[in-house]
Amino acid sequence: MRNIFAVAGVVIKELYRRKDFYVLFIVTILICLVMASVNIFNDAKIARYLKEICLLLVWVSSLIIAITTPARQIPAERENRTLLPLLAKPLTRLELIVGKFLGCWLACGVALLCFYIFFGALSATREHEWPLLQYFQAVMLHWFMLGIVVALSLLGSLVFAAPSSNSTICFVVVGGILFVGRHLDQIALTLKEPVRTIVYSLYFAIPHLELFDVRDLVIHNWPLIPWTYFCLALLYALAYMTVFLTGACLVFRRKAVN
Amino acid sequence: MSAILQTEKLRVEFSSRELRGVPKIALHGLDLEVRAGEVFGFLGPNGAGKTTTMNVLLGFVPPTSGAASLFGIDVRQPIARQRIGYLPELTYYYKFLTAEELLRFYAKIFGLARAEADRRIDELLKLVELEHARKRLIKSYSKGMQQRVGLAQALINNPDLLILDEPTSGLDPLGRMKVREIIQRLKNEGKTVFFSSHELGEVETVCDRVAIIHQGQLKAIGRVSEITGSHANLEKAFLEIIGFPTPTSP
Repeated sequence: MRNIFAVAGVVIKELYRRKDFYVLFIVTILICLVMASVNIFNDAKIARYLKEICLLLVWVSSLIIAITTPARQIPAERENRTLLPLLAKPLTRLELIVGKFLGCWLACGVALLCFYIFFGALSATREHEWPLLQYFQAVMLHWFMLGIVVALSLLGSLVFAAPSSNSTICFVVVGGILFVGRHLDQIALTLKEPVRTIVYSLYFAIPHLELFDVRDLVIHNWPLIPWTYFCLALLYALAYMTVFLTGACLVFRRKAVN
Repeated sequence: MSAILQTEKLRVEFSSRELRGVPKIALHGLDLEVRAGEVFGFLGPNGAGKTTTMNVLLGFVPPTSGAASLFGIDVRQPIARQRIGYLPELTYYYKFLTAEELLRFYAKIFGLARAEADRRIDELLKLVELEHARKRLIKSYSKGMQQRVGLAQALINNPDLLILDEPTSGLDPLGRMKVREIIQRLKNEGKTVFFSSHELGEVETVCDRVAIIHQGQLKAIGRVSEITGSHANLEKAFLEIIGFPTPTSP
C-alpha cells in the first residue's frame, strides 16, 4: 500500500499544480454567477433552473477531469521516460496502475467536493437550506461514477497510444452510455437477429452510468434514495472499476516499458 | 571479489512485425560478471545490445533464454532492485515537482523513514550541487541540472550497485566533469558502478574493467589496459574490436 499511496500522491500533486482544474472551476463559477444575477421571466422558481445549470456544468467539468487526467498518466510517463527509473525501483506494475487510479480518483473527489461546496453555497443563497444528506448521496454517487470513468480512461491509455485519441474515444463512450445506454434494450427490440442479441449483450455489459445521475434529487429536493439501493449502486460501481483495472493491469503487464 | 551482477548465456529475441515475423536477436548468449566495488564500463556501438542488457537487468524485458541476476537474485524478482540505483539516458523528470519532492517520492518507494529520507535528500542535493534549487520546480532546470537530479534519484536508497545508461549524454564539458567526479566519489565509497557510454576517454579515466559488445555478442572483456593492449588508446582498440576499418597512421 505504501507504494500505491506514494504514486497516488504524485498524481494529486500534478492535478493541483496544473491549470485545468482551476480553469474549469472558475468558468463554472463565472457562468453560475452570471446566471444568478439575472432574473429570467420573473419566475419564482428560478433557483431550480440555476441549480440545474450549475449541476450540468459540474458534471461536464468533472467528466473532463476524470477522462483527461488518467488518459495522460502512463503515456506521459513513457514519453518523458520517467517510467524507467520508476519501474527500476521495487515497485510492481500492478502497484503503479492501482496508484495512478487511486490518485486520479481521489483528485476527482477533491475537485468534486470543491464544485459541490460552491453549488451548495449558491443554492443556500436562494433557498436558505442545506439538505446535507441529499448532497452526500449525490456527491458519493457522482464520485463512484467518476471512478468507473477514471478506470476506463486508464485502460484506454494503455490501449491507445495518444492521450488525445484516448480522451476523444472515452468522451464518446461515456457520452453514449449516459445518453443512449438506458435505451439500448428498447432499441434492441426493433432490430433483427443477430444484431438484436449483440445490442442486448451490450446493454447488459456496459456500466450504466446514468444510474448515478441523481441531479433531480438535489434540484427538486426529492426524498432520499433508500440506503440499500444507494449502497448497491456503490458496489455496482466498484465491480466495474475492478473489471477495468484488472484489464488495465493485464494490458500493462505485457506492454514494453520503452 | 564476489559477483554482484551476472548474466549467463543471456539471449533476447524480439519478434518484429516489420520483419514479417522474423525475430531480431538483440543478445546472443551474453556472459558478464561485475564484481563488488568496481566501475565497469559497458561499451558498444548504437544497436549493439547495451540498453537491452540493462533492460533485462532491470526487469523491463524478459530474457528469451539464459539467466541474469543481481546480488544472486533473479532479476525478475522485484526485490532484486532493492539495492540498485538506475539512471536512464535522457529522462525528463516530473516537471510539476521540485527536486526535493521528487527525491521524497522515490524515498517513499524504498520505504525510507522520514528522518532517514530527509538526511539522504540533504546529502544528495549537496552531492549533485542542487541545494540552491531544491525548492524550484524541475521544469525550470537546465539539461545538466535534470541529469544531476536523475543521478540523485538513482542514489536515494544508498545503492550498492549503480546502473547508469550514458550518464553524460547531452551534457556540456562542465556537466560531464561533474558527473565523472560523482562516479569517482562513489567508487571511492566502495560502490559498484555499471555504466554504458560512448565517451571512450571518460571510460578510460573512470573504469576498472570494460566489456565491448557488438551485434549482441561479447567481443572483449577485461581491464582497460588489457583491452587497449598495443593500441594508442581505447578508442582505437574499440574500433578494431568491432571490426571498423581504422586509418593507418603514416
